[in-house]
Amino acid sequence: MLAQWGFIGVFLLIALAFPVIGLATAWLLRPKKPGPIKKSTYECGLETVGETWIQFKVQYYIYALIFVIFDIEIAFLLPWAVSHTALVASGTGLNYLPLVEVVIFVAILLAGLVWAWRKGALEWV
Amino acid sequence: MVDYFAQFMPGWAAALLWFVLYAVILLVFALVNMLFITWVERKVIGRMQDRIGANRAGPFGLFQPVADMVKILTKEDITPTAANRVIYNLGPLVVVPPAILVFAVLPFSASITGVDLNIGLLFIFAVAGTATLGILIAGWGSNNKYSLVGAMRAVAQMVSYEVPQLLSIVGVVMIAGTLSMQGIVAKQAQLGWFVLLQPIAFIVFLIAAMAEVNRTPFDLPEAESEIIAGHHTEYSGLKFGMFYLAEYMSVLFVSALAATVFLGGYQIPFVPVGNVINNFLGPFVLIGKTYLFIFLTIWLRGTLPRVRVDHLMAFAWKALVPICLMNIFLVALIAPFISVTAANSPALAAPVAIVSMLVANAIMFVIIYLVIQSIVRRDRARVAEGTVPAR
Repeated sequence: MLAQWGFIGVFLLIALAFPVIGLATAWLLRPKKPGPIKKSTYECGLETVGETWIQFKVQYYIYALIFVIFDIEIAFLLPWAVSHTALVASGTGLNYLPLVEVVIFVAILLAGLVWAWRKGALEWV
Repeated sequence: MVDYFAQFMPGWAAALLWFVLYAVILLVFALVNMLFITWVERKVIGRMQDRIGANRAGPFGLFQPVADMVKILTKEDITPTAANRVIYNLGPLVVVPPAILVFAVLPFSASITGVDLNIGLLFIFAVAGTATLGILIAGWGSNNKYSLVGAMRAVAQMVSYEVPQLLSIVGVVMIAGTLSMQGIVAKQAQLGWFVLLQPIAFIVFLIAAMAEVNRTPFDLPEAESEIIAGHHTEYSGLKFGMFYLAEYMSVLFVSALAATVFLGGYQIPFVPVGNVINNFLGPFVLIGKTYLFIFLTIWLRGTLPRVRVDHLMAFAWKALVPICLMNIFLVALIAPFISVTAANSPALAAPVAIVSMLVANAIMFVIIYLVIQSIVRRDRARVAEGTVPAR
């Protein structure tokens, strides 16, 4: 187990080092002739108007909220998915009680999705 | 290999050396394939658009990616005055590592895997999810409206499609009873490839994966006709190259993942997993299957126009998520039955699994079809009445 995560650690270090080494090489090789026009913000050749932090649609944030709920749902669903078959098929016959429990859990979240849907939170206006 | 090194040095040093060696081999493998994909894409897209594509450097233009790499290394790199220097330079450094790190758990044959983590699939999605962060950093740090809009779009899209992508995998996990990549491949040897057992989940996974890696028809985050290049508008030189690299590595990995999870990974049909032929040819078979999916993504890019943003979001939440939940419920009903059959009579396991799953998927398909048909009819009627505008 430790050796496995040791490999992940080594690989992570190499993965982190790769872009750093690449950019360092490019820094040595590339020409450096900056100018005020060159370093200006590129917006199709026009002068930039106003500041960048413009207002955003509230939809972006609503989707982010729904995502958080569903991502946590999946974090709970995956361990269940791993053990579900073994749980149900254990013993002599099929015992579907774990499934009923999960259906209740998902149904609560699904109710949330349906509510958001009916409220129009999923519309991109 | 570790045993071989252990003759010359203490055990921990041997293990470490082997880790570093394998990691570097894996990195080089991913890089070479990524360069090759860029060439394949230019050639195939060229043919689809009735052009020849890259043909100057080397035979069939094969050295074109290498030439591009050299060029991009020696290009001037401009940091805009308006950008926040620290965040701006952090962007490419955050985007690339997750695209490389996911290869650690990919099984190339029964004996060649970086690590066979018992939470392999979860590890992949956890690591791949951090790519979103890099894109947001890049878009925010550039201090450019186009970059910010592109980054926000990318985050909204990747976040939305991560849910159906993960949910479509849950059915597979349930049948396999494990999250380990080797375990999933071994299960497919026993029951048949998951593309036969989970055809609808497979299609959902493909669509979601395509959206995850921002490929056409889901390339809104970098829609060049609207927002220049999205989050990497302000990046030039190798910093742009890093985004390009991360994108194509993700394409490569997602194709390899689809091949592993749904097309049996390194297996050759009708050859047992432990077989010598399979051990030896495994990596090549996996690469072949991977390129099947890469060709598919290029084909889609050559064929389909970009989808509209409201359609994109509605499709993820209103179509794919309900379909996935329905699929999970059906699999939860059937998977234990398959498991019992496999325990009692192993020979029957594969036919029973495939037939029962195909029937379930056919029923599901009919339900989906009828629901969509009724929705379309209702919407058309409303448009005809004039109560809602056409969209």
